[in-house]
Amino acid sequence: MSTLEIKNLQVAVSTDEGMKQILRGVDLTIKSGETHAIMGPNGSGKSTLAYSIAGHPKYTITGGSVLLDGVDVLEMRVDERAKAGLFLAMQYPVEVPGVSVSNFLRTAATAIRGEAPKVRTWVGEVKEAMASLNMDPAFAERNVNEGFSGGEKKRHEILQMELLKPKIAILDETDSGLDVDALRIVSEGVNRVKDSHNIGIMLITHYTRILRYIKPDFVHVFAAGRIVEEGGAELAEKLEEKGYAEYVTA
Amino acid sequence: MVLNSNLLESHTPTSREELWRFTPLAKLRGLHDLEVSLSSRVSLGASVEQPGLSVEIVDASKAPSTSSTNDLVSMRVRELSSKVLIVDIAQNAEIATPIYLTRTVESLDPEVSRTVIHLGANSRATVVVENTGSITLAEEIVITLDSGANLNFVSLQEWESDAVHLGHHHAIIGRDATFTSTVITLGGSLVRLLPTVEYAGPGASAELSGIYFATSGQHLEHRIHVDHNLPHAKSRVNYKGALSGDKARTVWFGDVFIRANAEGTDTYEVNRNLLLSDGARADSVPNLEIETGEIVGAGHASTTGRFDDEQLFYLESRGIPANIARQLVIRGFFLEIVSKLGLPQIEERIMTRIEAELEKASS
Repeated sequence: MSTLEIKNLQVAVSTDEGMKQILRGVDLTIKSGETHAIMGPNGSGKSTLAYSIAGHPKYTITGGSVLLDGVDVLEMRVDERAKAGLFLAMQYPVEVPGVSVSNFLRTAATAIRGEAPKVRTWVGEVKEAMASLNMDPAFAERNVNEGFSGGEKKRHEILQMELLKPKIAILDETDSGLDVDALRIVSEGVNRVKDSHNIGIMLITHYTRILRYIKPDFVHVFAAGRIVEEGGAELAEKLEEKGYAEYVTA
Repeated sequence: MVLNSNLLESHTPTSREELWRFTPLAKLRGLHDLEVSLSSRVSLGASVEQPGLSVEIVDASKAPSTSSTNDLVSMRVRELSSKVLIVDIAQNAEIATPIYLTRTVESLDPEVSRTVIHLGANSRATVVVENTGSITLAEEIVITLDSGANLNFVSLQEWESDAVHLGHHHAIIGRDATFTSTVITLGGSLVRLLPTVEYAGPGASAELSGIYFATSGQHLEHRIHVDHNLPHAKSRVNYKGALSGDKARTVWFGDVFIRANAEGTDTYEVNRNLLLSDGARADSVPNLEIETGEIVGAGHASTTGRFDDEQLFYLESRGIPANIARQLVIRGFFLEIVSKLGLPQIEERIMTRIEAELEKASS
């Protein structure tokens, strides 16, 4: 059982006009097996929340704390956060020319597990995970994210989540750029991986579409750098009807 | 814009001249100096014997040059070489095994070496020039591809750290012939290479790739010149370099000239440089001169920069420590070109050397 505790998190980025405050005190606790949907309008700071937990150097923490099972995440290097059990599925996964998917996955698994996976079991493990995400085995020989379609990039993110088995996974706009079929495959992948490893999920999304496939236990409405309303799945239905207008003008 | 290779040089160059202004002339041990005599020695040799392949050393008088040159290095080599290595591949011959031309070294006294490679019509071969050891060398390699010939030419500069090497590789590509050149420059104190191309018939194609890795005190210079002197020829140029350490220095010029009669030309050139530390300097100058608009395409790109932070973040966010993430990115950067050699053993050797250079640079 793991717990990610975000307490009064405040984050700024440096811009040409100086430091700009993005997160203004975020409180959120995610436990193993729970799915929390973070919903909000564009520019509300949802992605900043995701990237600052993962440790992107662009963001400066100006206050608050993030604890994973009581240990301060914000003191850790980026790779240490991943080893501690955090995973970020990115909205725009980055191309790494000349590095094959298979080499990348094996290097990451070796780092996370602390030892190189045994060749025989590893090959089978990757094959099986790829098959369940409807990925062509030839995919493993392509360069990381290079020339991938939107759907391929997101499937590749979920493939990594399956192989790296995090305690808490943050999915940043995983639904963006996906057609209906790709959304279904990716969502089924998330549900399967979550159930088999009892992962806690922070699902960041602008639209309610993905929530038809991944059922949230909690919905948090995000606006102007903080959580402004919380509820169960029914809150998403209200957002579907009324949009974010009341939170933006409030 | 003045295309560099059109300047005539009949005097000892100085650093005030465009063609030589980046090159530390004092390190050349007189290779460029018309007052300094250079010894003549055929330093390349091939040990293979295969049907359709002939390798012989002939008197220079029996091997007149078939192309004109304005390049000082070529002029000196032609003037001073008494013997010439001739590699001839018969028409229609398919030489399955790579032909290795291996350099022998004797001393650091400045010397010249001249090589002529000829591929008969519709022949196919891979030629690998292996440069190792310590030398002070001015060399010319002229490569002629008759109609429909296909050559995979690889030039490896794995010199010791005191080697000085001025080279000119000139290819004349016949109708529907394909010339693929990969230049890999990792060793040497000063290496300055001119891979140049002209066309002898339509449908001819040149693919010029290269990688270089300069560490502290190394000067690695590549000046590519593609002369689209005929219609309907194609060229692709892709060079990638990395620099690490104080006074690591690279220079890259890519001159592509599309003459008025060269309608249907299709060309693209790119140079990318990765700066791995402070104190290193990369110059990158793509030049495209176009005298006709009736072409398929012409473009160029050049980038010089540090590591892409987003790439590193992506890898680190998967648990990969920063130093391994950097190694992966650099390996991948070079592998894009090295993996196309079609020579697994050489690929392995080059990547091992790059990793050793990286370790040396980071220690």
